[in-house]
Amino acid sequence: MNEQLNHMAGQVTAGKMTRRDFMGKAAALGVSAAIASTMFADAARAAGPKKGGTMKVGMLGGESTNTLDPAPAATQVPGMVLRLYGDQIVDVDADGNISSRLAESVEGSADAKTWNFKVRKDVEFHNGKTVTAEDFLRTVERHANEDSKSGALGVLKGIKGMKADGDVFTVEMESPTADLPYLMADWHLVVQPDGGFDNPNAGIGTGPYMVEIDEPGVRHSFKKNPNYWDDSIGHVDEVEVLVINDSTARMAALQSGQVHMVNSVDPKVAGLLGRAPNLEIRSVSGRAHYVFPMHTNTAPFDNNDLRLALKYAVNREEMVDKILRGFGSVGNDIPVNESYPLFDNKIEQRKYDPAKAAEHYKKSGHDGSPIVLHVSDAAFAGAVDAAQLFQQSAAAAGINIEIERAPSDGYWSEVWNVKPFCASYWSGRPVQDQMYTTAYLSSADWNDTRFNNPKFDELLFKARGELDTAKRVEMYAEMAMIVRDQGGLIAPMFNDFVDGVSNSVQGYEDDPNGFLMYSWAPVKCWLDA
Amino acid sequence: MKNIPISAMIGLGFTALYFVIAVFAPLLAPYGMAEVVGDVWEPSSSEFWLGTDNIGRDLLSRMIYGGRTTIFIATVATILSFVTGSTLGFLAAVLGGWADQVMSRTVDLIMSIPSLITALVILAMVPVTIPILILVMGLLDSTRVYRLARAVAVDIAVMDYVEAAKLRGEGQIWIIFREVLPNALSPLVAELGLRFIFMVLFVSTLSFLGLGVQPPLADWGGIVKENKDGIVYGIGAALYPAVAIATLAISVNLVADWILNRTTSLKGGRG
Amino acid sequence: MHPILKLVFQRLALGILLLFGASALIFGLTEALPGDAAQAVLGQSATPESLANLREEMGLDRPALTRYVEWLGGILQGDLGTSLTNKLDIADSVGKRLGNTLFLAFWAALVSVPLAIFLGLLAVRYRNRWPDKLISAVTLTTISIPEFLIGYVLIYFIAVKIGWFSPLAMVNDSMSLGQKLNAIALPVLVLTMVVLAHMMRMTRAAILNVMQSAYVETAELKGLSNFMVIYRHALPNAVAPIVNVVMLNLAYLVVGVVVVEVVFVYPGMGQYLVDHVTKRDVPVVLACGVVFAAIYIGLNMIADIVAILANPRLRHPK
Repeated sequence: MNEQLNHMAGQVTAGKMTRRDFMGKAAALGVSAAIASTMFADAARAAGPKKGGTMKVGMLGGESTNTLDPAPAATQVPGMVLRLYGDQIVDVDADGNISSRLAESVEGSADAKTWNFKVRKDVEFHNGKTVTAEDFLRTVERHANEDSKSGALGVLKGIKGMKADGDVFTVEMESPTADLPYLMADWHLVVQPDGGFDNPNAGIGTGPYMVEIDEPGVRHSFKKNPNYWDDSIGHVDEVEVLVINDSTARMAALQSGQVHMVNSVDPKVAGLLGRAPNLEIRSVSGRAHYVFPMHTNTAPFDNNDLRLALKYAVNREEMVDKILRGFGSVGNDIPVNESYPLFDNKIEQRKYDPAKAAEHYKKSGHDGSPIVLHVSDAAFAGAVDAAQLFQQSAAAAGINIEIERAPSDGYWSEVWNVKPFCASYWSGRPVQDQMYTTAYLSSADWNDTRFNNPKFDELLFKARGELDTAKRVEMYAEMAMIVRDQGGLIAPMFNDFVDGVSNSVQGYEDDPNGFLMYSWAPVKCWLDA
Repeated sequence: MKNIPISAMIGLGFTALYFVIAVFAPLLAPYGMAEVVGDVWEPSSSEFWLGTDNIGRDLLSRMIYGGRTTIFIATVATILSFVTGSTLGFLAAVLGGWADQVMSRTVDLIMSIPSLITALVILAMVPVTIPILILVMGLLDSTRVYRLARAVAVDIAVMDYVEAAKLRGEGQIWIIFREVLPNALSPLVAELGLRFIFMVLFVSTLSFLGLGVQPPLADWGGIVKENKDGIVYGIGAALYPAVAIATLAISVNLVADWILNRTTSLKGGRG
Repeated sequence: MHPILKLVFQRLALGILLLFGASALIFGLTEALPGDAAQAVLGQSATPESLANLREEMGLDRPALTRYVEWLGGILQGDLGTSLTNKLDIADSVGKRLGNTLFLAFWAALVSVPLAIFLGLLAVRYRNRWPDKLISAVTLTTISIPEFLIGYVLIYFIAVKIGWFSPLAMVNDSMSLGQKLNAIALPVLVLTMVVLAHMMRMTRAAILNVMQSAYVETAELKGLSNFMVIYRHALPNAVAPIVNVVMLNLAYLVVGVVVVEVVFVYPGMGQYLVDHVTKRDVPVVLACGVVFAAIYIGLNMIADIVAILANPRLRHPK
């Protein structure tokens, strides 16, 4: 039997046998469907990528107000569209390392202040223009500009000067920045001709696919870029991104074969969906986390005992179990976890402890009036449910939490970073420095816990210029302890990225940077007929 | 009472049952409304008769408390909508002329803006409490009742008997209540039952938009929404509240039908 | 001038006046909402600088009244302007979406209105017998289940399990009429179930109301068949409330189907409007609001005029 199976697998690898035939014959040999499926996938992968076909992707996170301009992109669909038609200077790969895209190589000076990016030769934009260092410069300029509305604006602070010289683009920083390549890997920084100054919405990039139809909030379709510089990816002829914001509709589309892959599978139904025979649930743990930030400068949250009481009053295991259905891990009231480089995993895990919570609550001297928690499902999927679990577990410690549900509409402008205690979501950053700088530095724009700790700020700056890895790990561990024990962040859980992928898709690999292989899936995967 | 047909008896029975459960909810519910007692979406068992909901609360208890919220809000809002809508509608029909034009066009103006936007805006500007919810729902809905009441009453207002009453020198109020109201009653009663259902659905739509009652309180529509993701995988938690809404709807309308029949019989004419 | 024509003109003029009123009201309402387009576009990633930059670019730094007057000036020249958020021409995108919405509404109405009136007549004909009760119970059930639930149940059983129709109703220009109809089959079914009961019950109630009149009894005594009596004598006299409810439901089919659009991923006006309300994209919201208002006012005008035409007493006011 084994021989026969091996022969069949060989046929598959040689491209002489389809999936249907293989599964049928394997079943006849008494091989279970699950095993046969795995065998087929292995054999098909060994055959190498198949070219052609149309990859259909059903996605959450698109609105009819979206544009092709990389700067204001904020949700998943624009992110995918950028990946398809554009390319960045550098990118972060699945292992968390910097990978070169339009920059052939990256070099930093010894003091980590000056960084050189060498432009890859003979890469053409969709309009035929060749990519130059000047395009790099203008792109970063547009995003870092004071007049910019780019989502990358905050990331690009601290640049002292930039220049384009021949095929080298140079960035000079005001202070040592060991992580600069990671800052340049921000997904908004898609290189456009002349930086997109004349027409940011043109949809002209260097990406593997070219924009064919652009109907925001409905669908985006792409055809293959025949001049793409990287032959190893971009297997299908056409990619169609369908915006399907409703969770149930998205799952139905995948189940009935209308799309090949979907992002954001609701953890509640992932287990049930996974039972369907023609698809697979792929989940990968990452840096995204669900949180309840408290303003440390606003009563009653200016009292560290009250903050600790609330931190001990969250039942983290229950939340991971009921809100994420196991597709995630418990958080430790710090915005980082072991998916980050330089993370010290010896930091003690905080656990649900009603007795300790009650003790801190008593010590805080809070008058017993209800603590109002503002929440909406716009914060994260299941936020309202999570808040209700929090309310129950806190009640066990004698803490009275009152839930105030806000409309999803306008949540990010009216509630988050405005109300002293609410639900929120962070997608994480590639490195710890960036995460802390974005939201925990006392002067950060997005300091949603109003955290102000001079010792913490000092450590953050010191760690940036520190090139000794062991010392950096130590510094980050110390910073984590400060945030964990004195900060305003309640981080009960880190969520996985959960995708649904049809069995006809080959070449799918986990990437902890984001959904659908950090949006690479339609580019790196192929369809087996 | 002996003349009540079986269908009406069933309707009355169920309606009464739901109202009784609503009133005595805290005594009847086996668990607390917000109490997390089990795992997510447990099947029904002797412990949890209807199983558990999406975060492990007893579904039966949720349903009992949810019914209380739903029935209370829908009933009060329907009454508000009917009293306001039909009074103004009759008044417009009887007065006619400019008063009618002004009222009708104002109502047109309000109705011409999608109620979604109106509701979004009003509820985004003021804190969402149950009285405000009822007020917004009742008043938005009264425009629909107004249209119907006026349309029916305009037909009646030109009838000979109304002309006669006018010639007799009866006052407007007398005409509205003694001539128009009894003759407009049947379409209005038929509408009443439906309006009640629309109120139940309106609350759930608002919950859907995150503007309904505040958690952990929930209405039936809200419970449907909380558990809807399970439907396509054969988890029935969302179906129970849907069935509850449907049976309540049918019961109320069976009663409405019966009243409709009685009022038409009262008018003499054909049996 | 004929009094009816005069009435139509009066109502038309009033309708246009109402549209202006509606546009002002919508503008006021969207302005009253907390937050603005700049904040909504940038969302969580807003910083004070980027906010100020975007506001200036969108022209939101100017007073509200100026913006409204400008918009009004534009619309009088037939220019709906461009969207604040994605700079697309509004007339263009609204036109496409409106076409889709009307397409869905048209087919849903084509199925549901005749069916509702027919079932209403049938229920009257067999009043208090089993067909009446069955029709009543079934339509009541369909109306009382939240529409998204009907949608999901149909998607699950018909599209996923049996595999008959597509769970996605994503129509686009490159599809043939047949393909489009296949795509919208499930949403049309849901919408029919949702609006049927209301119209059918009103038909039944209104006809029953007229059935007591002397002229119906006369017709019956003339020896006309039961159904003919209802159809020829009772129906025309019950037209006013029926048309009223039909128009209300037609308006609903155009204006109120957001939930169905979401469930079936249909690219209609409702979803488009909600997206832009969320983003505080005032010119688009105004454009959609005015289109909705125009449809609504138009349908109501028809209802009123039909009611007047149908009632001889109203036709010749004393």
